[in-house]
Amino acid sequence: MFSFGDIMTEALGLILTWDRDLSEIVLLSLRVTLTAVAIACLIGLPLGAVVGAFRFRGRGAVTVLLNALMGLPPVVVGLFVYLMLSNAGPLGILGLLYTPSAMIIAQTILVTPIVAALTKQVVEDLHGEYAEQFASFGLTARERVAALLWDARYSLLTVALAGFGRAVAEVGAVLIVGGNINHVTRVMTTTIALETSKGNLELALALGVLLLVLAVIVNALVMALRASAVRAAYA
Amino acid sequence: MFRRHLLSLALGATLALGTTAAQAQDEFIVVQSTTSTQNSGLFDHILPMFEDKTGIEVRVVAVGTGQAIKNAANGDGDVLFVHAKPAEEKFVAEGHGVSRADVMYNDFVIVGPPSDPAGVAGMSDVVAALTRIAEAEAPFASRGDDSGTNKAELRLWKEAGIDAQAASGGWYRETGSGMGATLNTGTAMDAYIMTDRATWIAFGNKGDYQIAVEGDPKMFNQYGIILVNPEKHDNVKAEAGQAFIDWVLSDEGQAAIAGYKVDGQQLFFPNAGS
Repeated sequence: MFSFGDIMTEALGLILTWDRDLSEIVLLSLRVTLTAVAIACLIGLPLGAVVGAFRFRGRGAVTVLLNALMGLPPVVVGLFVYLMLSNAGPLGILGLLYTPSAMIIAQTILVTPIVAALTKQVVEDLHGEYAEQFASFGLTARERVAALLWDARYSLLTVALAGFGRAVAEVGAVLIVGGNINHVTRVMTTTIALETSKGNLELALALGVLLLVLAVIVNALVMALRASAVRAAYA
Repeated sequence: MFRRHLLSLALGATLALGTTAAQAQDEFIVVQSTTSTQNSGLFDHILPMFEDKTGIEVRVVAVGTGQAIKNAANGDGDVLFVHAKPAEEKFVAEGHGVSRADVMYNDFVIVGPPSDPAGVAGMSDVVAALTRIAEAEAPFASRGDDSGTNKAELRLWKEAGIDAQAASGGWYRETGSGMGATLNTGTAMDAYIMTDRATWIAFGNKGDYQIAVEGDPKMFNQYGIILVNPEKHDNVKAEAGQAFIDWVLSDEGQAAIAGYKVDGQQLFFPNAGS
């Protein structure tokens, strides 16, 4: 049967015999996921901050919606984006189906609610402490949001990482809208699914180990960045 | 204001990134095809020959035949290359495709565990074998996903006069997955599985499974190729798509197909124009 020693050897072998195809897959994974997380942050951070800091009609409903959308199944998002981008769909004219852009769009839809919902919580807690000061300074709404986001920036890094985790691990959405086309839209998770379906389970799991290593590296880099920024802030 | 600029900048950059990647190669076509042609490694063997010759890049989306046909009907592909003749003919009759041509064939086999609970090992009459499996209520894993293999399997059950789906959840188990996933699942629960021979030979997780039933002409598995109708979808690259079809059907393409072997076994048998 399977031994985990064999799988680790295979994973190590993958890394040692690193070839162009593997670089291509790893780099595309990172490119798609990091771009999607960046766009999701551009939308989700201000959105979450606004919902967290202000009282308005329908706020409860927006909160529930954002929280519910965190649980969107990737395959549903994939189908939705497919139907939009299909040549029979409303955005077919853009010709984005089966391109990395389509994958970025799908992952952005998946990650934005996570970023927005978690940002909302962080900002809401912080706003409780700051509300009186804000009132005494007479800050505008825009200034408040900016101040809250800035002061919460270290917590928000973790929020972005949660979004990264979701995006880098999902396979259902990118498989449908990307098509897992060799050298074009093949990423780590779709390769793992493909190798599994070929019955190459050791290779599939070895790729999984590699994906995990990649996620650890990204997280470690972000944490190191955060630590040095904190040191600089208090130096 | 600044944020809005940043956002549109990021969006623009993203889309630009995607399109440059798409345009890096001058010309490409999208082929909607099946998992058997992809997972068996056939495409990795023949496509570079075509690409070297014509400079046209072939991008393969490998899904079940049912999904491939639907995707192609939506215009999401230039060529359809699948294995379910009746469904393909319907696709053409409905105007989604220009015309259909035979490309190659292989055959289906039923693989089973060495314990052979239904006693079908060595049989070549597939209908009799399925009847025995049903009588023994031995586990049988079906694709259950409207793929070409699934359609062929359901036809054979029908011919045996057995309503296997009535036993779904019992001895008849529909995985709703691709061929590889169904083989992984089926071998793990000692079930019989019908698979195309190409996928089976190239499959890496056979365990102690062996081919139990083979050689019945009823398990003949024909592949066809169709150009998606450019009159229906004006994004279809008719010229490049037809170039690919012409090459696959040419002596050179047919020889390339015949030349693909795994472990010394030929996986597909070209039969264009026959």
